Amino acid sequence: MLRIHCPYCQELRDEPEFHYCGEAHLARPEDPAGCSDTEWGTYLYFRRNPRGRHHEMWYHAAGCRRFFNVVRDTVTYNIEQTYAMGAQPAHDEAHE
Amino acid sequence: MQRFSAFSLFKHALSHHENWQRSWRNPEPKKHYDVIVVGGGGHGLATAYYLAKVHNVTNVAVIEKGYLGGGNTGRNTTIVRSNYLWDEAAHLYEHSLKLWESLSSELNYNVMFSQRGVLNLGHTLQDMRDIERRVSANRLNGIDGEVLDAAGVKKIVPHIDITSARRYPILGASWQPRGGVARHDAVAWGYARAADALGVDLLQACAVTGFELEGDQLRGVMTDRYGVIRAGRVGCVVAGNSGVLAGYGGFELPIESHPLQALVSEPIKPILNTVVMSNQVHGYVSQSDKGDLVIGAGIDSYTGYGQRGSMPVIEHTLAAMIELFPMFSRVPMNRQWGGIVDTTPDACPIIGKTPVENLYFNCGWGTGGFKATPGSGHVFADCLASDEIPVLAKPFALDRFYSGALIDEHGAAGVAH
Repeated sequence: MLRIHCPYCQELRDEPEFHYCGEAHLARPEDPAGCSDTEWGTYLYFRRNPRGRHHEMWYHAAGCRRFFNVVRDTVTYNIEQTYAMGAQPAHDEAHE
Repeated sequence: MQRFSAFSLFKHALSHHENWQRSWRNPEPKKHYDVIVVGGGGHGLATAYYLAKVHNVTNVAVIEKGYLGGGNTGRNTTIVRSNYLWDEAAHLYEHSLKLWESLSSELNYNVMFSQRGVLNLGHTLQDMRDIERRVSANRLNGIDGEVLDAAGVKKIVPHIDITSARRYPILGASWQPRGGVARHDAVAWGYARAADALGVDLLQACAVTGFELEGDQLRGVMTDRYGVIRAGRVGCVVAGNSGVLAGYGGFELPIESHPLQALVSEPIKPILNTVVMSNQVHGYVSQSDKGDLVIGAGIDSYTGYGQRGSMPVIEHTLAAMIELFPMFSRVPMNRQWGGIVDTTPDACPIIGKTPVENLYFNCGWGTGGFKATPGSGHVFADCLASDEIPVLAKPFALDRFYSGALIDEHGAAGVAH
């Protein structure tokens, strides 16, 4: 079971308290109507699926009910860091 | 290939069964193949078999990083059915189910396909409306199906609790009598043996580490064990690792890899002679010929490549089982494991061409690929042999995620994730 540190509650809590919300740092296109089918399809359906370090969004459903970001390894499931929405991860050259 | 028969069984009994032929060779790879199939699971081996059998393309290799059938083929809960809602999916899975029905004799290998029927339970009025709709759609597509009420369910599964005192009372079910289960390993082994007999090279313990590209044309695959092996066409059937291989080709897939786990109890006497699935309480169970209850449920919500599952999901799964069968509460569980499933946004596979020429993908089968093994291999062999995408596979092209023509089976088809 994952143990996740909520950056708002500042506590390490069990996985069932949280919901996984997919890839982090997705930006909705500024002008959806101006997007090509490829751009819009990519935004809607294509997600990074790395074998290794992954930036993802979680929701503290049974806690503070706020969204935050997690950097997790998808092979070892180790959580490297968690950080608030709108923030950028610490020491993170690999992140595009 | 020595054929299995009652006579060969008798003949080998005389020599204490010590002289059976090996099921397949362990060949050294050639420098060049007409087609390389990456991934030696059921789908990949079926693809190679149908390439050789139907299309007479025998200069084929299957490259597998582990051992044959060691991935999701050997990790699933072996349920076979074709009661999907949408026409595109229903046609593809029904094509597969028809192949299942003659597979043992086709391969001369007992895949233990047992058409013991599949129940998809309904626990709410909306469940029952969806079941009515799905069974009607199935029948219009020539797929067998019936809508049962609670008493009808009880008749098939006497041990199920249909009392209204349950938190999730059973109101009825859809019933597909032609559905059932098969022996998962045997499917991989049967296809492997039959493909090998037709000249296909099965290269095990050999991982593909990249593609040899010339511009946007594929020339071959790089492997950790044999270096570069050249190929006219390459088909990737690697389930959870599809995204990794797509990365080698420089493109992306709308796939997220999640752990899906299953568990089996210790063997008990026969108690369940059909397959029971429920989307509402979220679990499915059947009993293997050996006697163990084979139980599965949902994927872990987060993506992952570790072939294990999380404890909260097991807890949820077993809670669902106890809801359906309170009498199972004291059955000890024996083993638990996870496989990596490649889920797509619409719970339907991606079959066909990729942005790289000569490179084809067959992936995204998600949580329900086992049932499709024969059909998937059959249509993918068509793609690889002729460069023509067969009618059955056309709706499953990658470009549906740009055109918007999704085949939304997520909630529709009794897909229990």
